[in-house]
Amino acid sequence: MSDASATERDSAWIALCDVDELPRAGARVFRATCGDIAVFRTIDDHVFALADRCPHKGGPLSQGLVCGHTVTCPLHAWVIALDSGEAQAPDAGRTPRHAVKVDAGRVWLQAARMPEDADAPSARA
Amino acid sequence: MTQHRQDGDSGARGRPRLVVIGNGMAGMRTLEELLAIAPDTYDVTVFGAEPHPNYNRILLSPVLAGEQAFEDIILNGPDWYAAHDIRLHTGSPVTMLDRVRRTVSNEAGVSVPYDRVLIATGARPGRLPIPGVDLAGVLGYRDIADTESMIAAAATASRAVVIGGGLLGLEAANGLRCRGMDVTVVHLPATLMERQLDAAAGRLLQKSLAARGIRFVLQAQTSALIGDDDGHVRAVFLADGTRLAADLVVMAVGIAPNVDLAQRAGLHCRRGIVVNDTLQTFDPRIYAVGECVEHRGQTYGLVAPLFEMAKVAANHLAARGYSRYAGSVTATKLKVTGIDLFSAGDFEGNEDTEEIVLSDPGGGTYKKLVLQGDRLVGSVLYGDTVDGSWYFGLMRDRRNVAELRGRLMFGEANLGDTGHQGQHRAATMPDEAEVCGCNGVCKGTIVRAIREHKLFALEDVRRHTKASASCGSCTGLVEQILMTVAGADYSATPTAKPLCGCTDRTHADVRHAIRDAHLLSIPAVMHFLEWRTPDGCARCRPALNYYLLSTWPHEAQDDPQSRYINERALANIQKDGSFSVVPRMWGGTTSAAELRRIADVVDRYRIPTVKITGGQRIDLLGVQKQDLPAVWRDLDMPSGHAYAKALRTVKTCVGSEWCRFGVQDSTNLGIDLERALWRMVAPHKVKLAVSGCPRNCAESGIKDVGIIGVESGWEIYVAGNGGIKTEVAQFFVKVKTAAEVLEHTGAFLQLYREEGHYLERTVHFVARVGLDYCRRQVVDDEARRRELFDRLMFALRDLPDPWRVDQPAGARSEYALLGATATP
Ligand code: SRM
Ligand SMILES: Cc1cc2nc3c(=O)[nH]c(=O)nc-3n(C[C@H](O)[C@H](O)[C@H](O)COP(=O)(O)OP(=O)(O)OC[C@H]3O[C@@H](n4cnc5c(N)ncnc54)[C@H](O)[C@@H]3O)c2cc1C
Ligand code: SF4
Ligand code: FES
Repeated sequence: MSDASATERDSAWIALCDVDELPRAGARVFRATCGDIAVFRTIDDHVFALADRCPHKGGPLSQGLVCGHTVTCPLHAWVIALDSGEAQAPDAGRTPRHAVKVDAGRVWLQAARMPEDADAPSARA
Repeated sequence: MTQHRQDGDSGARGRPRLVVIGNGMAGMRTLEELLAIAPDTYDVTVFGAEPHPNYNRILLSPVLAGEQAFEDIILNGPDWYAAHDIRLHTGSPVTMLDRVRRTVSNEAGVSVPYDRVLIATGARPGRLPIPGVDLAGVLGYRDIADTESMIAAAATASRAVVIGGGLLGLEAANGLRCRGMDVTVVHLPATLMERQLDAAAGRLLQKSLAARGIRFVLQAQTSALIGDDDGHVRAVFLADGTRLAADLVVMAVGIAPNVDLAQRAGLHCRRGIVVNDTLQTFDPRIYAVGECVEHRGQTYGLVAPLFEMAKVAANHLAARGYSRYAGSVTATKLKVTGIDLFSAGDFEGNEDTEEIVLSDPGGGTYKKLVLQGDRLVGSVLYGDTVDGSWYFGLMRDRRNVAELRGRLMFGEANLGDTGHQGQHRAATMPDEAEVCGCNGVCKGTIVRAIREHKLFALEDVRRHTKASASCGSCTGLVEQILMTVAGADYSATPTAKPLCGCTDRTHADVRHAIRDAHLLSIPAVMHFLEWRTPDGCARCRPALNYYLLSTWPHEAQDDPQSRYINERALANIQKDGSFSVVPRMWGGTTSAAELRRIADVVDRYRIPTVKITGGQRIDLLGVQKQDLPAVWRDLDMPSGHAYAKALRTVKTCVGSEWCRFGVQDSTNLGIDLERALWRMVAPHKVKLAVSGCPRNCAESGIKDVGIIGVESGWEIYVAGNGGIKTEVAQFFVKVKTAAEVLEHTGAFLQLYREEGHYLERTVHFVARVGLDYCRRQVVDDEARRRELFDRLMFALRDLPDPWRVDQPAGARSEYALLGATATP
C-alpha cells in the first residue's frame, strides 16, 4: 500500500462493538477501506474476522451458517475454517484473516490483513 | 509365552484393548468406521493370516485378467496402520482365542490380551469331496497367493478346467483365458450363475463367453481328479465318463465361512458364527463381521452387506449402542470386461410376483424386472445394465413403483432429467464429459478420485469431488461410474441414511424423538440424540429447526442462526451479495396502487432490475441488505416467501370470470387458497396452481398441488414437479366445492409437513410413502382429513407477516453494518 497514513490507520486497533452485539453462531459486517470484513462469533463465544469474500466466487461469508469454528458460504456451500481462512477439502483456497481480540467484553479489530495473509489471493468479486 | 491376564479394562496406553482377527475387507472397514467416530477409544492389535496389508479382494479378478496390478488394489498400506497406532501381525494365522484368560495367540507365538475381540476371518473356497483334490495344481480362488499361482500356471501350462460356473468361477475362467489358457468350465446346473441369473440371461452370458473361446460342459458332475507320478493334476473325470485334460484346476464351488477358530473357542456357530443385530456373538466381549458370520440365518458373500455390518459393529464398539443391522438386499455384477450383467434380489419370482421382460437375444439384451404388488423385488439385466443402480435403489428403499410401472422398463433416463444433455450412460461417456453440472465435475475427475482414494460409497465420492453434492440430479450417473470403476455394486448406501455426518440418526428417528420426547430446541435434540458435533452442521441445523417448528408450532424455539441466509434475511441472496425482494401478489393478481408503490420503491432505492418471475409475480433484484426493512415498509405488500421452504406461489389462470372457455372461477379459488395457506413452512418449497378448465393454462400438472376446474367441480392433482426432474402430478381426488378443495389441499400438505423429510419435495415424499397411503389418510378417512386440516390451521393461526417491520425479525441488528455504529 502506498499511502502510509492509510497503512497506519489500518493497523491500529479499532473498537468495534460489544461481544453481545454479535449474534451467537453468526456474523456482522465491518466496512473497512480495504473492503468488507466479516466478524464472526461462534457458539462457544470465540470471535474471528475474515475478509467477507469467499475464495470460490467472492460470496459474502458473513451471510453463511456458522457451525463449530467454520462458516458455510451462502452461495455454493464451501466450508471455510474461521481460524485459518482455509477452505475445507476437496475445495482449495484461502480467505485473508484480520486480527481481532476481545477485551472486557469489547471486540477490537485491525483493518489490515494479518501480515502472513497479506499475499493471500484475493477472491474474485 | 507371556499369557498372564491383566485385570481391569485397560491396555498399555490406558485404553481398553481391541484385538481384530482377520486382516481383510470387513475387519479393516470396521476399524475405519470406528476410527472415524471414536478415534482414541482402543489400543488396537490386528492379526492377519496372509502376509499382506488389507487389499481389495474383489479386484483380484482384474488382476488375474491382467488389467490391474497387485499394488493397485492395496486398500490400507503399512503406513495406515502406523498412522493409527495399530499393531499388525501378518503372515501367521491365529490359532487360539482363549476366552478364560482373554488372550489371542497366533501360530508364530505372539499372544495379546484383550478386552474386546472382533472376528473377521472371512470364508474359504469350498472343496468337492472327491478323490484328487489335494493334488498339486488344484487351487481355490480366494487370495493373492491363489491368484499368483494361477498367473504362474498360465505362463507355463496350457489347459485349465474351472469347476463351478458361478461368479467366481467365470471370473477365474475369463482371467485365465485372457492369459492365453485353453479353458473349460464344468458346471452342475443347466445354466451359468443360476443363483443370480434366470435361464434366459444365463444362456446369453454363456454365448458371449463362448465367443471369447471358453468352453462349457453343463449339467456335469465331477467325479475325480487324476494326477501324474509327481502328484500334479493332469485330468478331470466327469460322472458320465468324460475325461478332460487339465494342467490347472480351479475349484470355485462356493465358499465356507471360516468358523474353526470361533468353534474351538466355544462360540455358538451354525454355518457361520452366530451374531445378533448388533453383530455380537454369544460372548458379549466378542463381535464378528463379514463372511464368517451368520445373521438371522443368513450368510453373505458380497462386500456391500459386510460394509453395512462394519458400520453397526463400529457403532457398538464405540459404545454408542444404538444402531442395528437388519440384513441386506444384495446385488451382483460380473466383472468381466465387455460383459454387462447385473442381478439383484428375487430374480426368479414365485406365484405372488409378476414379471416384466424385455428380450432381444439377437441384440444381446435381456431385462427382467420382478414385481410383488407395488414393489420391485428383483431384476436381471444383461447387455444394458445402465439402470442397475437405479433399480437396486428402488428395491432397497422399498419404493412404491405403481406409478412408474409403465415406464419402469425403459429406465431412469426415461423419467426426464434436465441439464445432462440427455447423457445417461456413464460407461460410454468420454472422460472430459461433464457429469455434475452444478459443480463442473467431469467424468475423468470422478474416475480418478475413485481409483486414487479407493472410494466405495457415493458419500465418499461427494466428499472428494463434490459431484452430485448440490442439486443431486446426477446421483444416478455418479453411482454408475462408481459401479463401472469399482467393478461391483458396492456403492450400496444403506437404506437408513443418517441425516448428516454429525449423527447416525435418520430423518425419521429425529422426527420421532422430537415428538415422543417433546423436544423444543435444537440443543435439546442434539443432547437427547447424542450429536457428535457441538453445534451441528449446515445440513442438520436447518432440518432440526424445521422439525421442531412443524412438530410443536407456537411452542418450539425458532433458531434464526440455523436458517439459511435467505430465511434469515427474508430475501434471496444473489451472486454479488445483494438481495432480491418478491412481494406476494395473491393468485398472480395486482393493482394500480401496488404497481405504483413498486415503481416508487424501485426509484427510491435505485433497484437495478425488475423482472416478472416464472411464478406470476414481480422480482426486485439487486437490493442492498441494509435497505431491506425500508423496502418492505414502503412496498407495504405481504412477503412472497420466495426465500423460504414454504408456500411460494399459487398460479392461476383467468378462469370463468373472463375466459370464454372457463368453467370454474380459478382466479378466486387460487387467491383464497393462497390467503389461507401463506406463511406455511414445509420440508421444501410448495407451489400450487389452479386452472379454470382442462386447457390448464396455469400448468397445474407440474405443481405440488394442482387444481383443474371441470364442469362438475374440481380435480385435484398432487406431487408434480417442474424443476430438475420434471414429474407430472398424479390424480388425487375430484371434489365439488371450493371449500372441499381447501380442506383436501390443506390436509395433504399437513401430512407432508408432518411426515416429509427436510428438503424432500412432495414428489419425493409421495414416491416414498406411496400415493395410496396419502389417499387413505386424506381422501378416504374424513375424520383424519379434518384432524390434519385443523392442525394446519392451528399452526398458521396468528402467524405474523415476517416482513412487517415492527416485528422483531424485521428490526434485527442483522441488517445493520457494524461500521455504522463503531468509531475508529
Ligand atoms: C425468480 C425465479 C426465476 C424467474 O426469474 O422467473 C426463480 C429463481 C430461483 N429459483 Fe426457481 N425460480 C422461479 C421459478 C421456478 C419454477 C417455475 C414455477 O414456480 O412455476 C420452477 C419449476 C417448478 C418447480 O419448482 O417444481 C423452479 C425450480 C427451481 C428449483 C428446482 C426445484 C426442484 O425440486 O427440482 C430450484 C432449486 C431448489 O429449490 O432447490 C430453484 C431455485 C431458485 C433460486 C431460489 C435459486 C437459489 O437458491 O438462489 C432462484 C432464486 C433467485 C431469486 O433470488 O429470486 N428453482 N423455479 C422464479 C420465481 C418464482 C416466484 O415468483 O417465486
Ligand atoms: C476373486 C474374487 C472376486 C470377488 N468379487 C466380488 C464382487 O465383484 N463383488 C462383491 O461384492 N464381492 C466380491 N467378492 C467377495 C468379497 O471379496 C468378499 O465378500 C469379502 O472380501 C469378504 O470380506 P471378509 O473380511 O469377510 O473376508 P476376507 O476379505 O477374506 O478377509 C478375511 C481375512 O482373514 C484372514 N484369516 C482367516 N482366518 C484367520 C485366522 N485364523 N487368523 C488370522 N487371519 C485369518 C484371511 O486370510 C483373510 O485375509 C469376490 C471375492 C473373490 C475372491
Ligand atoms: S433462476 Fe433458476 S434456472 Fe435460473 S439460474 Fe437461477 S436457479 Fe438456475
Ligand atoms: S462463492 Fe462461496 S462457495 Fe461459491
